[in-house]
Amino acid sequence: MSAPGAAEAGPAGETLFLDFFYLLRKVGLPVSSREWLTFIEALDKGLVAADLYRFYALARATLVKDEKHYDLFDQCFTHFFAGARPPRAFEKALDEWLSEPLPIPQLSEEELAALEQYGLDELREMFEERMREQDERHDGGNRWIGTGGTSPFGHSGQHPAGIRVGGSGGGRRAVQVAAKRRFRAYRTDIVLETRQLSVALRKLRRLGRDGRRTEVDIDHTIDATARNAGDIEVVMAPPRENRLKVLLLMDVGGSMDPFARLVSRLFSAAHQATHFREFHAFYFHNCVYDKVYRDALMLDGLSTLELMRWLQPETRLIVVGDAHMAPYELSATYGAIDYWQQNEVTGQAWLQRLGDHFRHRAWLNPIEKRWWMHPTITAIGEVFPMFELTLEGLGEAIEHLTA
Amino acid sequence: MFANFTGTADYIASIELQEAVNVALALQRPLLVKGEPGTGKTLLAEAVAQALDRPLFTWHVKSTSRAQDGLYVYDAVQRLHDSRFEDRDVDDIRQYIRFGGLGQSFLSPDPSVVLIDEIDKADLEFPNDLLHELDRMSFTVLETGDRHEATHRPLVIITSNNEKELPDAFLRRCIFHFIAFPDEALMARIVKVHHPAVRETLVQEAIARFYWLRTLPELRKRPSTSELIDWIGALVKGGVDPDQLAERVPYLGTLIKKEQDLDTLARFEARRRR
Repeated sequence: MSAPGAAEAGPAGETLFLDFFYLLRKVGLPVSSREWLTFIEALDKGLVAADLYRFYALARATLVKDEKHYDLFDQCFTHFFAGARPPRAFEKALDEWLSEPLPIPQLSEEELAALEQYGLDELREMFEERMREQDERHDGGNRWIGTGGTSPFGHSGQHPAGIRVGGSGGGRRAVQVAAKRRFRAYRTDIVLETRQLSVALRKLRRLGRDGRRTEVDIDHTIDATARNAGDIEVVMAPPRENRLKVLLLMDVGGSMDPFARLVSRLFSAAHQATHFREFHAFYFHNCVYDKVYRDALMLDGLSTLELMRWLQPETRLIVVGDAHMAPYELSATYGAIDYWQQNEVTGQAWLQRLGDHFRHRAWLNPIEKRWWMHPTITAIGEVFPMFELTLEGLGEAIEHLTA
Repeated sequence: MFANFTGTADYIASIELQEAVNVALALQRPLLVKGEPGTGKTLLAEAVAQALDRPLFTWHVKSTSRAQDGLYVYDAVQRLHDSRFEDRDVDDIRQYIRFGGLGQSFLSPDPSVVLIDEIDKADLEFPNDLLHELDRMSFTVLETGDRHEATHRPLVIITSNNEKELPDAFLRRCIFHFIAFPDEALMARIVKVHHPAVRETLVQEAIARFYWLRTLPELRKRPSTSELIDWIGALVKGGVDPDQLAERVPYLGTLIKKEQDLDTLARFEARRRR
């Protein structure tokens, strides 16, 4: 494409610029026709002299409304007006999204079946044995504890029944959620719909008046003044405040990380906007056991029993997780996915205790509803009313929580 | 031709910012300005008013602000209070209508600049409630039925700290500019404007130290331009020798405002000395 001079804003120039408009739209910049007309109007008013820099500034000020998009706009601008390489924003974002230590190996059905030979106890023994044998870092391969291999130990690898050591989870076997699908969810939910979700979250409140009397209550003032034979009597009332207490439990340490981040950001924003009476956020990995954690790295723990003593039953409990795990993580003692979390009570029992304590609870699941046939999702769904982590699902969950 | 804003002696504006102001002026659209705290969003309105020789009206938005507050407030309690005495005619509601910053700018007989500061502090729906008034530049006082229309459409400058996302319908109507954090060269010019008499070496050293602080990823709140300017002021008053700056950071309290950050920095320094 040739590089037209900025001064050629005649009819021919406008058609050329129209291609620029469609280029911006094609790469995903939310430029509306109204904004385009504003840009054309500015050109019509002769705001631009033959100075490309000012032309650029004018175009950016009228067409781009978020600094997040500046970079992409710059790429489009240089591409269109200076013949630079076309923007590769989509691929770039995908790369960032998938920045894992090593790519996940694509295994055939046969290979997966061959690996599916070890039971849980057997795995634990082998793990401890290999911990003793191994003394250096290991990536790839099929025996040592490391990243990206097919050994049952380590992280980012693909083994149907492996023990993970730190890092993030790679392949998911029963629910085939392709990386691409997760990425799309990220784009629509975080980038585009955050505002809509925040609007939905605003409904998460229960207004009540108590505390310091700092507002003039007009109705009662008039009433009291009238009763006082016209001598003014000001009646004060406490401002309306949100009384809701909210507890957020988030599944982290794997494919759930981005969703946990999204939800945590959303609720913090909601907390700032509507001011819950109390707001607490804790983390867990796959299933809740005897401890929940204040940080996503799961170093600063709080006993789950302590949590239930501390927070009253009317606290709204919202769990964010895929509820998708190996059945023994839910139903077996010592079944936790993290080796160090040797649970004597099953995950199922812990979830039941939470369910018995918190009267108003909801589970937000980023997995689409049609995949919820999995045994652990069904089992958890019996204790926690489950909702999809979408705009509609969030709305339903909030309705359920405030009912 | 159009009025042209090129910054003032005290306010250095980039080409992009100048262009954004001029487009907003020419097209009579609101100008939305975002940027890190301390990059001079609020000062922009003052600078523009000064450069164009227009009166400035301001409306500082709070978390409890309603869209109508910027136009006018009806003081019912004052009227009720006055009703007990004979000295004022309480039938005249107009004397109990107080105009807000936006309302005043509409009523102003001369072209004016109005600053709606920190629009993101208010409720999520707040910007949408203003759409009509910003489009038409007119409003009606419900209590009296008076309709006020702007004789000159004021230049509306809106600032946002990015605490909340603004609605699309609102964004589409605005001209937008994001004030990027100044680079070291521009920062040197900005410092010169505020401290013209300070020695070059001190400014250089202070700026170098300041940008180093900003690169520390652990800091919760990174120091901003206005804090740098205060800090240099303190360094001058304290007679600090520029060479000392590489070793330690005197008057740290003017730059770092969070206790955690002071701890982080102390730990960092301790590690560096070892």
